[in-house]
Amino acid sequence: MGIRVEHELHDRRRSRNHGVGFVLLGLVAIVFGLTVVKVLNLEELAQFERFDHVARPQIEPGVMQSTSQVTGPAAQTTDAATGATAIQQGGDE
Amino acid sequence: MTDASLNNTLTSAETGEAQFGDYFALLKPRVMSLVVFTALVGLLVAPVGIHPFIGFVAVLCIAVGAGASGALNMWWDADIDVVMKRTAKRPIPMGKVQPGEALAIGLALSVFSVVLLFLATNALAAGLLAFTIFFYAVVYSMWLKRATPQNIVIGGAAGAFPPMIGWAAVTGDVTLASVMMFALTFMWTPPHFWALALFVKADYGNAGVPMLTETHGRKATRAHILVYTALLVPVAIGIAFTSIGGWVYLATAVILNARFMYAAWLVWNRTEAQAEADEYATERWMFRISLSYLFLHFGALLADAVLRGFGIGGW
Repeated sequence: MGIRVEHELHDRRRSRNHGVGFVLLGLVAIVFGLTVVKVLNLEELAQFERFDHVARPQIEPGVMQSTSQVTGPAAQTTDAATGATAIQQGGDE
Repeated sequence: MTDASLNNTLTSAETGEAQFGDYFALLKPRVMSLVVFTALVGLLVAPVGIHPFIGFVAVLCIAVGAGASGALNMWWDADIDVVMKRTAKRPIPMGKVQPGEALAIGLALSVFSVVLLFLATNALAAGLLAFTIFFYAVVYSMWLKRATPQNIVIGGAAGAFPPMIGWAAVTGDVTLASVMMFALTFMWTPPHFWALALFVKADYGNAGVPMLTETHGRKATRAHILVYTALLVPVAIGIAFTSIGGWVYLATAVILNARFMYAAWLVWNRTEAQAEADEYATERWMFRISLSYLFLHFGALLADAVLRGFGIGGW
């Protein structure tokens, strides 16, 4: 007797597989959609950059302000130069 | 044994292999429809806006969280579900889904819905959803349901949270308006379920669930329906005078509460012999109108919110 390819049991398994597939695709769509919506609704780009795992105090709101209040415009110039140097070094790696 | 020898008439109950729909049934889709609607209204009547996609994800998370607590409830109550006619066709009593699967799905979806709601909205909304799942699965299902005839009263809180979570997802706070929406569903639950318990009397008794009808008798249940309905009326009408109320809601609430109070009074006035003579027609009618009661109240809140958007609703 030959093996029957199709069986009601296979329909149920197919239903499960398709269901799980759609749920996972839906989850991907939701996470992607949330990411897009959250990023596009940020008030300033610095809020996005703070999550890139590199400590960059110069993009933290308030830090620059307090630094400039304490040391004046000269410190700002130094910070900007340091930042530029860091970017340059990162590009060489 | 090969597939060739399997009989085509085998069912999932015999093989233990469920269809996707069987897993979906664990989430109590009909209860979810109420949760989705009330959560959506809570979200839409809030005084500030929300991005439509984030709102969609928030309502989805609340619905999935409610479904997850339903799956946990079915896992815990499998032994009594098989005894009751009303619940005997659920996936676990039918043998379509194994209890362990229901537990795993319930836990996984609980974590998924709470975490995603936190990421999409805020910690308060996620915390309220987590508490709702805990309250329904542990406080109601595992503790109160089999311990006290007041199970429905306290357990009703679980079903009352969704509009409050919807509101919190948008505003990040809990206010009088959101508490009143909670109170409406909370106070509505006892008369709704006790009306049901009056005409499915044998079921709860057979399962050993201490419903009020079994522990205090049917006359006392009728009196409880009347008293709880009388307590519900001021809550329902009181919402009209909060920030989310308006003329549409007030008119709707007055009509619906007059009708619901009348139904409760009729149920209270009937003897058991009268009820059996017409096969609990009045009790069934009260149960039916209790369903539209809640939908129409929240629908009226939504209507007032839409009108306020055009500058013609509210106070």
